[in-house]
Order: sequence, then C-alpha cells, then structure tokens
Amino acid sequence: MMNLDFSEQENAFRAECRTWLEANVPAHSLPSGDTREGYALHLEWERKLFDAGWSCVSWPKEYGGREASLYEWLIFEEEYYRVRAPSRVTQNGIFLLAPTIFEFGTDAQKQRILKPMARGDLSIAQAWSEPNSGSDLASLQSTAKRVEGGWLLSGQKTWSTRGAFSDMAYGLFRTDPSKSRHHGLTYCLFPLKGDGVTVRGVDRLDGDEGFAELFLDDLFVPDENVIGEVNKGWEVAMATTSSERGLSLRSPGRFMATATRLIDLYRRYRETCEPALRDQVIDAWIGAEAYRWYTFKSVTDMLSGKPIGAESSLNKVFWSEMDVRTHETALALLGQSQCLDEGSDQAVDEASWIKGFQFALAGPIYAGTNEIQRNIAAQRVLGLPRG
Amino acid sequence: MHFAFSEDQLRLRDTVRNVLAKECAPEVVRRVWNSTSPLRAPVWNTLAENGFVGMAASEEAGGMGMSEVDLALMLEEAGYAGLPGPVAETSLAGLLLLEALGASGAHSQWISRICAGEATVALCFRDQQLTLHAPVADAVLVAHGDALYAVPRAEAGLLEQTAVDRATTIAKLGYAPADRHQVARGPAAQTAIELAYERAALGNACILVGLARRMLDLAVTYAKDREQFGKPIGAQQAVQHHLANAAGRIAFAQPVVYRAAWALANRDRHGDESRREAGLAVSAAKVYAEDAARVVAKIALQVHGAIGYTIECDLHFFMKRVWTLAPFYGTAAEHRARIGAHIL
Repeated sequence: MMNLDFSEQENAFRAECRTWLEANVPAHSLPSGDTREGYALHLEWERKLFDAGWSCVSWPKEYGGREASLYEWLIFEEEYYRVRAPSRVTQNGIFLLAPTIFEFGTDAQKQRILKPMARGDLSIAQAWSEPNSGSDLASLQSTAKRVEGGWLLSGQKTWSTRGAFSDMAYGLFRTDPSKSRHHGLTYCLFPLKGDGVTVRGVDRLDGDEGFAELFLDDLFVPDENVIGEVNKGWEVAMATTSSERGLSLRSPGRFMATATRLIDLYRRYRETCEPALRDQVIDAWIGAEAYRWYTFKSVTDMLSGKPIGAESSLNKVFWSEMDVRTHETALALLGQSQCLDEGSDQAVDEASWIKGFQFALAGPIYAGTNEIQRNIAAQRVLGLPRG
Repeated sequence: MHFAFSEDQLRLRDTVRNVLAKECAPEVVRRVWNSTSPLRAPVWNTLAENGFVGMAASEEAGGMGMSEVDLALMLEEAGYAGLPGPVAETSLAGLLLLEALGASGAHSQWISRICAGEATVALCFRDQQLTLHAPVADAVLVAHGDALYAVPRAEAGLLEQTAVDRATTIAKLGYAPADRHQVARGPAAQTAIELAYERAALGNACILVGLARRMLDLAVTYAKDREQFGKPIGAQQAVQHHLANAAGRIAFAQPVVYRAAWALANRDRHGDESRREAGLAVSAAKVYAEDAARVVAKIALQVHGAIGYTIECDLHFFMKRVWTLAPFYGTAAEHRARIGAHIL
C-alpha cells in the first residue's frame, strides 16, 4: 500500500538528528571548504559529526554509521541542509568512493579506508578526468605498470575536486596496454603526497582553489590499493558514477533548503521586485518538491529491488538545471547588488547567491555533462540508436 | 514511507490499458473526431460494464470504494489512449460529489446511472466560462455559490462551441439555477464542491500525463523509423536530446501527480494541515502535468517534422486534447498563484 507519511520511527529519527544538529552546527558559517584554511576547518566539523555518529548514518555500525535506512538518510540530509550545516568536504569519498568499496573492496580495504575517510583523518579526492579525457572517459591514457608488489602509475589527472588539499585520490589506469577504451583499466587509490606525484591547485570559476591537476611519474602504489579486479576498473567505476548522478550526490534536502532561502529572500524584496519573479520563486519551490517526491519514489523502487539505472541521467539533468534557475531567480531579486562578491559591504547575505550561482553552473558539467546524460537517457531509457 | 502502487493497482491499470488499446485505438478517436453530432465512444460501455466508471463510488452505491490513488493510473491510461469524453469528471469528481450530496435525494438516480454506464456528467465550477464535455454529457453539475445543481443536458441552455480537439465537445452554459435541479446548498455543499474541484484538477493532471506519455511514444517510434542522411533521425543527438527532455518532463510529473492523488485520498488524516498539503500537492500536480504535456507536445511535433503538422498523423489527436483539456479546473497559472498564496 502506498503510504507517503513517515513512520513513527522515521519521525523520531528526524527529531533526534534535528536536536543534535541544532545544538552542534557552528554558529557562524565556515570559510569555503574549497580553500586551504576552510578545508581544515571543515575537516574538524566532519570529525565532530563522525564522533557523534552522524557522518554516514546509513553505514554499518562497525564503520561508524548507525545503519539508518535510505529514507532516514534522506531525512538526515533534509535536516542537515535545513540548519545550513557546513558543506561536506568528504563527500567524494563518503558518497562516491565508499559505495564502490562496500561493493568491491576487500575486508582489509574496508577496515583501512572507510572509518578514517569518514572521520576526515584520511581525505580522498576523485581523479576521473584527464586533460584529453573528459566526457569520453574511456579514452584515458594514464597507465599502471606492473612491478613487484604493486604498480607504477604515470600520466596526468585533472579537475580533481579538493585534490590540492587531499591525502589520496582514486581513478582509472590502463593496466593492459593491448586492450582499448573500456577494457584493460584498473581502479586504483593513490597518494597525493611524496615521490612520484606533483599536485598543482587550479582556481575555479569562483576563485577558490577547488580543483587540482595531478602529475604522476612512476608513482608506486601497492596491490592493496587496487579496488576490485585488475582490468575490470570500468565496471567498478560505473558503480560509483551511477551513485554520483543519482541519489547520493544530490539529496533533495539541499534543494529544499535553497528554495526556502529563496522564499525568504523574496519576502524581503516582494515590494520592490519585478512581479514576474513571483512565478519563478513558486517554480523553484515546486521544483524542489518534485525532486523530493521523485527521489522518494526512486528509493521505494530501489528497496523493492528495481535498479535506478539510466533513469539517474534524467535525475541529474533535472536537479542541475533546477539549481541554476533557482540561483538565477535569487540574483534577479537582488537587482544591482547581485554582482557583488565577498568583501563588499553592500553584498546581501555575504554574497552567498553569486557564489552559489557559480557553483550551480558546475552542475550541468560535472558528474557527466548534461549532454552525455541526455545521450544516455535517449539510448538506454528510450532505446534510440547510438549515433 | 512507501511510494509505489500495489500489485492490485498495477493489475487494474494493465486491464484498463489492454481494454483501451483494443477498443480505443486511434481509428476510434478519429471516428469520434469526424462525427457530426456529439458521440460517446463505444468503449465507454465496455469500461462501465467492467465496473471502471463507477469504481470510486461506495459499495452501497454500486461502486468499489476506490480512492484517488486507485483511479490515478486508470485516468492516466485514459489520457494515453486519447479516450474522448468526460472520464475524470464522471468517474471521479462528479460521481463522488453526487454521492456526498445527493445519495438519498431526488438526484440519486444519477449515481446509479453513472455506475451502470448509462450516464456521464460534465462539471461547471464557479465562474467557469466554458464547460468541457457538456454537449455529450447527460447532466451538467453546476456549482453556484454554495449550491450544487444537477442539470439534465437539455435544460442547461448549451451554446455549443468548437474546441480545437474535435473529439472533445464544449459549450457555454446559458443556465439560471432552478430549484428543481438543486442537489444541496450550504456549508457542506460548499466543502464538497471544493473537493470536487480538487479531484477534477487531479484527474485532469493524470490524463495530461497519459497524453504526454503517448506523444513521447509516438515520437520515439517515429524517430527510430524515419531515416534521413542514411540513418534513423533518432540516432542524431539533436533529436535524442529533445526526446530525453520530453522523457524527463514525464518522469518528474508522474511522482508529483501520484503524490497528489495520495494526498487527496488521505487529506483528512491530520486535519487542516493535511488538507492544506493536499491542495498544494494538487496544484503542483496540475502545474507539472500541464507543463509536461505542453512541452512534450511541442517536442513530439518537432521530431515528427512536417508529417506531424498534418491531420493525417495521429499525433494531432493527442496534442489538441492537451490544448483543450489543459485550461480546465485551474490553468497552470492559476495553480501557481494558489501555491504562491500559501508559501510566499
């Protein structure tokens, strides 16, 4: 039977996380987690979250979770964003790498990586793209050469999120040179400090050093850093990318919180703003609601054993475009002051909307561009032929 | 939280889908389209015989006590098939309105006649300028202030108009309320009328989603079939992206509409709070379903190219149905405004 109310247990869970978050969230917002000093402060917060058992609520208890259901995780996320808690700088580890380790990792890898990563003691960045392999990831050229006890990694990775501040990264390497494209790749974890690796920070559109280029030159990694089977890296990686597009990267709580902030902003400007903006604010609210119910339906499907699959591509297009529109509406409400950046005393809400707008613009690009997502949806959901 | 239809609900949908695929194929819609006098699609009788038309009524009244959630998928299928006539008005909004207000009175005959498939009803709320389906309905339920009137078609003063969808009839009513037609008056009638409006808006949203699905299916089939430059046009990214956008609109409209059906079926569980939530959910559903249907119509036409711009191609039945039904029981703009009044 369809039931769209949360259970007693789920409501109790919401009350519990709300109480903890309200008591513990930093009173003042932290500096951006995509800057060096902000990153360190964010890791401190992550540690506090982890020690209280709120870092990865859906994980098994032995790795620091509380074995919450998927719905409880979504509830946690709603509460987390509602109180405007700091952004999760561990996200590419706990939401993207962790599902891969849970599925493909050995027990030793789980023990070694999961807890320290979630606690912020071991920070791990993604390193998917290469200078010549973005959307066409399978064309990647970085190699791993077999040596005793491990592999020597060579090549260049780029757009590694927070790679400039992280301890390690994960990505794909060509281990069988006789194979091409999706074949003969291996999924590896590698250090970002020490011999054989050079890290160069790259300032993003918003000026934060959120990206890094990674230059690997015979960087040694032991066998224990290989996740899943050698030469089966593509399959292993795909398990992560569908988590990235789908549920785990962008839970509805984030967009509901943005829509709520937009409504607050509208109330401050309603007397002076263009009347046409009213409908855009309403659409932002409806969009966040739609995404919430779409997600709840997807979770029920998942719990009933139906895989999310290629539909996650439609999901990614939806939230990324919605996020851009919501921020554009906010900027329009602000009038001329929309252009003010941090450091301006006339900026509204600490220039958070122009900052958020620039971050939102990354949404249609990262985690597979929206053009790639539309290709996937057309070919795998609608069954259209490949071009 | 469990957001899925039950096995029974899906089976019912499949049954309705199969009946409609067989008995409401495009040639049936075409026949209704081309008839010179208002014509009820023959499939209506089959649906009634199988109990689909009256299933929302209580068991005492000859129905099955089915909820908005049960009916949502059935109405979506009606939209998909392009079933002509007052399907949401009769089977959901009108039937339950009559049962709430006129179950024992002089007008109770309409309930049994609807359940038996002998009668259909059209709905005229508030200051509605036009009434959908009135020329083909047996009665028009007219809401006037806090009173409801059940008016036999012949006494409703119809001024027939021509809708862009020729398979859907439409009229302006020239009706002055008469006591002999009055079903009920007063606060209870007012409440029931408001609820009927919500149901009509929801029913319309379900049909619009079904229409959108149909137009996407037609466009996808065409894109796989039609070749230019030596390959199917559906292999071109420009075409694929249009169709992916259409699929996205539908994928996000569906849960919003289903959630509205559930919220309306369970509107009283937390008193005023859940009734407010149901109203917002219905408005969001109408906005998303209408926007989806309008966007998918444009995309489907574009993908079809010139053939879609003819009345030889079936696509126009479904596009024109969208353009005809969408303005009723609250346009998307009116529902946006209703949401705005609550949240802003």
